[in-house]
Amino acid sequence: MRVVEKSQLMSATEIDRTLQRVAHEIVEKSGGSLNLALIGIRRRGVPLAQRIAQAMREIDRVEVPVGTLDITLYRDDLSKVAAQPVLQSSDIAFSVDDKDLILVDDVLYTGRTVRAAMNGLFDLGRPRTVRLCVLIDRGHREMPIEASFVGRMVQTSDNEIIEVRLREVDQEERVMLVERVE
Amino acid sequence: MNPATAGAHMREDLVVGESAPRDVVPHRFRHLLGIEPLTAEQIQFLLDQSKPFQEIQRHPLKKLATLRGKSVALAFFEPSTRTRISFATAASRLGADAMNLQAEASSLKKGESLLDTVHTLDAMKPDCIVMRHNSSGAADFVARHLEIPVINAGDGTHEHPSQALLDALTIRDRIDKIEGLNVTILGDIQHSRVARSNIHLLGKFGCNFTLCGPAMWLPRELEQIGPPGCTIRRTSRIDEAMEGADAVIVLRVQQERMNEPALPMGEYILLYQLTEERLRRARPGALVLHPGPMIRGLEIDPAVADGPQSCVLEQVTNGVAVRMMLLYLMVGTPADAAPGADATAESK
Repeated sequence: MRVVEKSQLMSATEIDRTLQRVAHEIVEKSGGSLNLALIGIRRRGVPLAQRIAQAMREIDRVEVPVGTLDITLYRDDLSKVAAQPVLQSSDIAFSVDDKDLILVDDVLYTGRTVRAAMNGLFDLGRPRTVRLCVLIDRGHREMPIEASFVGRMVQTSDNEIIEVRLREVDQEERVMLVERVE
Repeated sequence: MNPATAGAHMREDLVVGESAPRDVVPHRFRHLLGIEPLTAEQIQFLLDQSKPFQEIQRHPLKKLATLRGKSVALAFFEPSTRTRISFATAASRLGADAMNLQAEASSLKKGESLLDTVHTLDAMKPDCIVMRHNSSGAADFVARHLEIPVINAGDGTHEHPSQALLDALTIRDRIDKIEGLNVTILGDIQHSRVARSNIHLLGKFGCNFTLCGPAMWLPRELEQIGPPGCTIRRTSRIDEAMEGADAVIVLRVQQERMNEPALPMGEYILLYQLTEERLRRARPGALVLHPGPMIRGLEIDPAVADGPQSCVLEQVTNGVAVRMMLLYLMVGTPADAAPGADATAESK
């Protein structure tokens, strides 16, 4: 099996502009930043959450705490994986109790990652609200989960893959649509 | 996992996380029988993978469903309280069930062979067996006869790998490294599987050892048990043993051994008890570890056991984390899964 790149969905500038817009939306819909906290889902949700927090700081001059969550131990497919995931640390240095949390991830697809992330969050306490923010929503949900903040909706087919590449992780910055070919 | 994205996580560049060092190499382990056969890199991986489980010990809710539906057989052919409870807690926190076999209640006393006992246990279909036995090599023997993973929880005077891992993790947490330390081990080294596993583990990281205790427990062969390049010296003088130590591992004095040959307990206390005064000869802030059960007033002065340099309770907490890590690595994913993948690439 090979993967071929089909097209570029977003450039670095477009990613940046989209995150700026999302940050504005979050501030607007939350009536300020009080009690807000962002939780980046490992791995690419983490730099995205940090960038959104930075943008919110510039808009509102308020420091929004950012935590990171590794969902591996909460996955529902560990008994079927072809490769054993390497565990990463979660780092949430604040109490989630009564917080308005926003989970941040790069791609929303089946919804299973978000389901796992919520399980992880509720082991830490009882947030007041939990919302979801993603850079790309590609459809094909298998869980009753929707995002409150979406960078871009993309129609995809099942054999396509969205690859979000961020400079913090991938040393390049763009979103690609790739396809699996047999 | 959605088959549509199965390709994404196979890519090499997805293996490394942003907080992980770039050269993290994932490993798979079929069994954990001892520290001796492991490489330093494998040990480093095991210690790193324990960290997420340490965090879970601090959560208000500590129960995961990661191993839901799995069962872990705890086959303890030798009395044990803390190691067994630690493994049982680890299994329970991962959502697995523990099947308990205790020597007192087992058929062993009725004459059943070890192999028959473990075959019977295996027929109840556990996903993993954690075993302790008073014969060195027992876990290895069982592993050769069963298909499921075997974790050695102590075999005779051979190894106690999970103890060495939790000790290393505890030291690394306190002083940020395990490389090149001066480690003093105090007590009955000859009969101690804890000492052996610790020497194998820390020795692979360039630690040097001073073994200290009554001469009858310090045979010359001990100088040869470490990995190549690590120096092991023996002394029966505790003051000498404490000089320059970064960490002191105090072993329990097995009172049942006090009779062979006789060593009056009073004399042991006088010569070898770790007191505050003796500890002052070690490096400032030197760590004090004890695998437990600890007998205050015998091998260790209560003031040291409760003092700021003591890591005894951290060892217990870390023990649960290390054992969760081992169970997760050996039972959590299919036995034929390749090592290493991005945590979230598959099923967004």
